[in-house]
Amino acid sequence: MSERRPLTLPPQQLDKLFDALQRKGYEVIGPTPRDGAIVYDRLESAAELPVGWTDEQEPGRYHLKQREDQALFGYAVGPQSWKKYLHPAEVRLWSAARQDGAFRILNNETRPQRPYAFLGVRACELSAISVQDRVLRGDKYHDPIYDGRRKGAFIVAVQCTQAAATCFCVSMGTGPLVRDAFDLVLTELDAAGNHRFVVKAGSGRGAEVLAEMTTSSASEEDLRQSEAAVETAARQQVRSIDNHGIKELLYQNFEHPRWDDVAKRCLACANCTMVCPTCFCTTVEDVSDVTGDHAERWRRWDSCFTLSFSYIHGGSVRASGKARYRQWMTHKLASWIDQFGTSGCVGCGRCITWCPVGIDITEEARAIREAGNHGNS
Amino acid sequence: MVAHAKLDPMMPQPFTMRQVTKETSDTFTFTLEPPKGNNGTRFLPGQFSMLWVFGVGELPISISGDPAEHERLTYTVRSVGQATHALVSRKAGDGIGVRGPFGTGWPIDAAHGRDVIVVAGGIGLAPLRPVIYHVLRNRKEYGRLVVLYGARSPRDLLYRKELASWARQPETQVLITVDYGGIGWHGHVGVVTTLFKYARVQPARSVAMICGPEIMMRFVNRELETYGLRREDIYLSMERNMKCAVGFCGHCQYGPHFICKDGPVFPYESIRPLLDKYEL
Amino acid sequence: METLERIIEQHPFFADLDPSYMGLVVGCASNRRFKAGDYVFKEGSEANEFYLIRSGRVALEIFAPQRTPIVVETLGDGDILGWSWLIPPYLRKFHAHAIEDTAAIALDGKCLRTKCEQNHDLGYELLKRFARIIAQRLEATRFQLIDVYAAK
Repeated sequence: MSERRPLTLPPQQLDKLFDALQRKGYEVIGPTPRDGAIVYDRLESAAELPVGWTDEQEPGRYHLKQREDQALFGYAVGPQSWKKYLHPAEVRLWSAARQDGAFRILNNETRPQRPYAFLGVRACELSAISVQDRVLRGDKYHDPIYDGRRKGAFIVAVQCTQAAATCFCVSMGTGPLVRDAFDLVLTELDAAGNHRFVVKAGSGRGAEVLAEMTTSSASEEDLRQSEAAVETAARQQVRSIDNHGIKELLYQNFEHPRWDDVAKRCLACANCTMVCPTCFCTTVEDVSDVTGDHAERWRRWDSCFTLSFSYIHGGSVRASGKARYRQWMTHKLASWIDQFGTSGCVGCGRCITWCPVGIDITEEARAIREAGNHGNS
Repeated sequence: MVAHAKLDPMMPQPFTMRQVTKETSDTFTFTLEPPKGNNGTRFLPGQFSMLWVFGVGELPISISGDPAEHERLTYTVRSVGQATHALVSRKAGDGIGVRGPFGTGWPIDAAHGRDVIVVAGGIGLAPLRPVIYHVLRNRKEYGRLVVLYGARSPRDLLYRKELASWARQPETQVLITVDYGGIGWHGHVGVVTTLFKYARVQPARSVAMICGPEIMMRFVNRELETYGLRREDIYLSMERNMKCAVGFCGHCQYGPHFICKDGPVFPYESIRPLLDKYEL
Repeated sequence: METLERIIEQHPFFADLDPSYMGLVVGCASNRRFKAGDYVFKEGSEANEFYLIRSGRVALEIFAPQRTPIVVETLGDGDILGWSWLIPPYLRKFHAHAIEDTAAIALDGKCLRTKCEQNHDLGYELLKRFARIIAQRLEATRFQLIDVYAAK
């Protein structure tokens, strides 16, 4: 029977976590500070984690600050999300060779060499992964690229113990508590004093990895502190979206003057779609070599903010920036519900932080609700 | 019931170009033959394929052939850009990648026992031709068939021989109108809605299937309702930018609908509130 | 055999017309037949009648020098042909050319015009109906103009 009770371990044991995962053949992907942000990359050891770093986020502002303690996960979220690995920004779908007019598709294995182990997955990110699961494997067709990367992925989740000013997962019902869908979950406690982690396995293979680390039983005090820590993260949130009837609200306010207002500010730079953990739009590109006998088809991230996204028959359907912002926000908060049964937003706040002009989706939603058309139609 | 692609929907199958026929100055009909052992030629009227031209790109093209013909797939394409031009310039024997068929089809089952009104504008006749073939082949299952076809000018008419032969079928009317008549045209001149008054059908027991430029479909819908058709008996084929055809790339979204998998054929009722929304 | 009265009464154009006016209208009506090739009226001529087409087809044509006449619209079963009788200077703007054998009912516009001047209520009823026709033709013409089938 696999061990599912909560246990504790000292920070040093995280090196054992790396060892165990690497020995089992996983490529460990986790957070690391680089170029002024906490990004996701291949990690070799726990030393590469953002030890002693925290982030300060506001609309259009992000910067790292040194903490007074040595917390490993004392930050909220960086500009990247796990879709960087599960739904990669650039991937070759296949290549083809032509001879005498006829061609052959050379099927390419697009699976990464080793399965991924994601270290430091927060509740909002787990929700985002589950949202993308629904889009890319839960409907009529399955994306084999996403499937291949998702199936084997080992998830080491991390409970949030603090919130950034741009976080609003509480109002979206996606956090800050990690409840399930993980292999291991860590809660970092008391980084300034008795620095330790409460850890729990959520699956058989999680328990196997845990068994290779030196742990002790978690005490009542440990559990109380870990609950309190997550509650702190919840309490600290200052933003929210009221999701009651938001689908009808946005559908019925297609002509709301607020769209003109946000259009004056929005640059259509597409940052929000790049950092959003659930945005999934892609485009395809066909390229051939100079001889013309070898062709490749590539898939790349795309954004509904680009003019060419809605191009058809000599023009773009959404020619104005206003139409494109409206499309993004309506899709994210409203149409997504009709399409996939949940909101497309997980309240991570990245779009607010990384918008160069600081457009705040929670504020836009509020503005439309407060002065919007609530009639039935 | 929608025909699912049995083969991997992401991988083009190497079909072979067989015959290219010029319909008008810029429109061509061509047939593709499947590779050996491939039975990917079954489709429902209204569905489309993604056709890949080696090294150039992929295009969503409605299948315009006879659904009962299983040896090959037929398409009608208007050459308007680099990719379509490359497609229609292919010679017999060249390879063309085919993915599909994708999408929802025309309501050929819901129309059983009813009069069928097909309203086509321009190249919109191409995705409707499979319905016409199907109704004529299964004549007893349907009431009257009326084809209302509007084109720019007489030189832009597609399938001229077939239009004439369909008109000779029992309980079938083919009514054609053009925007610009020109010399030698003795038929109707005017918008396609002016043909309604000649249609010998019972509007209340008719099912209408419409395909053409979006503007045309909007004013045809209004007129059909005035003419006595119920909203739930009107169907349209919509079009948007498409890249993947399987609901992953996000390009073809129209409100909450993915045109590639929730459409391209939609019951009028389900998209009526969207049709008037500018820049949706 | 349907009487003129029945045909006019049942035509949608005259729907809900006060029965007393109906008598006036029928009094101004007569049967007409045009053979394929006949001109119902020519551009520039005095507009004294309008027609209710019962069957056949009439092409509205514009005559231009060095060109065969251009057909801008064809009218058929149930269509109303001609409104210039209502609007000064009461001159035809187009040729109306029967391209099939056509049966129509002609209504004496000149006579009706006089009656409308005397009875404004009748005038209002007829103008209302013609306004709808003109609006329909204008809408349709605009759609023809924007060339929806052109490649972009």
